[in-house]
Amino acid sequence: MAEIIQEEKAGGKKKATKHAPHIDMTPMVDLMCLLITFFMLTTAFSKAKIMEINLPEKIKDPTIEPPKISASRTLNIVLGPDNKIYYYPGTIKPEDYSNLPPLQETNFSANGIRLLLLERNRALFKKIDDFKKQVLTGKIIMGQDSVLKSVSKLKTDDDTGPIVLIKAYKKANYGNFVDILDEMSICGIARYTFVPTAWYDERMVETAAGIAPTATPAKK
Amino acid sequence: MPKIKLPTKSPHIDMTPMVDLFAVMLIFLMLTATMRQPEPAPVDTPYSISEKPTPDFNTITLLLSKDNKVFLNFDNGPDTLLKFRPKILTEMGKRYNIEFTPNELREFEKYPSSMGVPILKMKDFLATKDVKARTALQTGIPIDSTDNQLADWIFCTRSVNPSVQACIKGDTKTSFEVVQKILDIMAEKNVFKFNLITTLEAAKINLAEIQK
Repeated sequence: MAEIIQEEKAGGKKKATKHAPHIDMTPMVDLMCLLITFFMLTTAFSKAKIMEINLPEKIKDPTIEPPKISASRTLNIVLGPDNKIYYYPGTIKPEDYSNLPPLQETNFSANGIRLLLLERNRALFKKIDDFKKQVLTGKIIMGQDSVLKSVSKLKTDDDTGPIVLIKAYKKANYGNFVDILDEMSICGIARYTFVPTAWYDERMVETAAGIAPTATPAKK
Repeated sequence: MPKIKLPTKSPHIDMTPMVDLFAVMLIFLMLTATMRQPEPAPVDTPYSISEKPTPDFNTITLLLSKDNKVFLNFDNGPDTLLKFRPKILTEMGKRYNIEFTPNELREFEKYPSSMGVPILKMKDFLATKDVKARTALQTGIPIDSTDNQLADWIFCTRSVNPSVQACIKGDTKTSFEVVQKILDIMAEKNVFKFNLITTLEAAKINLAEIQK
């Protein structure tokens, strides 16, 4: 601790040497150390993040038909058991029910589903990427909000990227569901939604994964 | 030759700056601390690239544990400035013909984290202080179609606070069957917008790969 040494005056009376009062700070420091450790361990520094998802509303009025989408752009992704992903393009028509097409299998690695999605969404992804680069290098100067707005505008204007329908087999897990939604935002997919799994999707997954079939066609 | 004697001094280290720094850190941590509440079940949230922070108010959080139990939390803990926790419990009590005393309501308001107690056991749960007994009572909120208490909780919450948002905090290994059931229940109550709670993780995109 700081010390002030006062020199004695030569001659004259001998004064009692004045010492700066020493306070032993060790216990205080110990206590503070303890408190800091406690707070550091209990503080939740990084707040949890959220990912928003909007599900399609259930149409209760039978006269309203669900919106039609073009089959050539449709990509169906079915989450399977054991972290597998299956996909097939287009739709399954009623005449295909007896002869369902085989599913293609992929996984959650960067060369799996991400490559597939980026491949199909290349035009839009490049546009978004170029735009973001321009913002980063300072060619376009705008606020964070308008950047997000412009990106979402690029997405709404897009008419070449895939329309992804996400389905999940019942043995999939919640992590897969979040992962696939995350892939959508990584790859900048403009149109995707989570739809109820039809019996034929389940049947196809069961065939592909070698599970005893449980799914049966719904009777009309 | 006489040796030069250096005066021996005990080495004093000046601790003042260190103490100052400690004090500053301590004050900072105390002010920014938001305590981590112990959850009734450990949950490993999945990773995503989303950077949106979780809202603090007007939320109802569904905690889905690994063993497919469902827990509920309102406003992430006991800090209900809006004080809508007791109102929800009163509403819930009305639906199941249970009357809660003011003491029990206060206990419910103070309970710091998620709870997954069937409504019929709620009185026992609020009466006991023992942590073990409380954990034993946390068997998850029933979501079967015959005894759908989750739907009632959501209905009551939304009638008390219409601007409430639904958050889902699930474990990576939660079965999708449970998630699907919950999404269906919510859709029935006209909730279509969800916030999925995730942990931030940077995505690696290999641009060279896709431009081949």
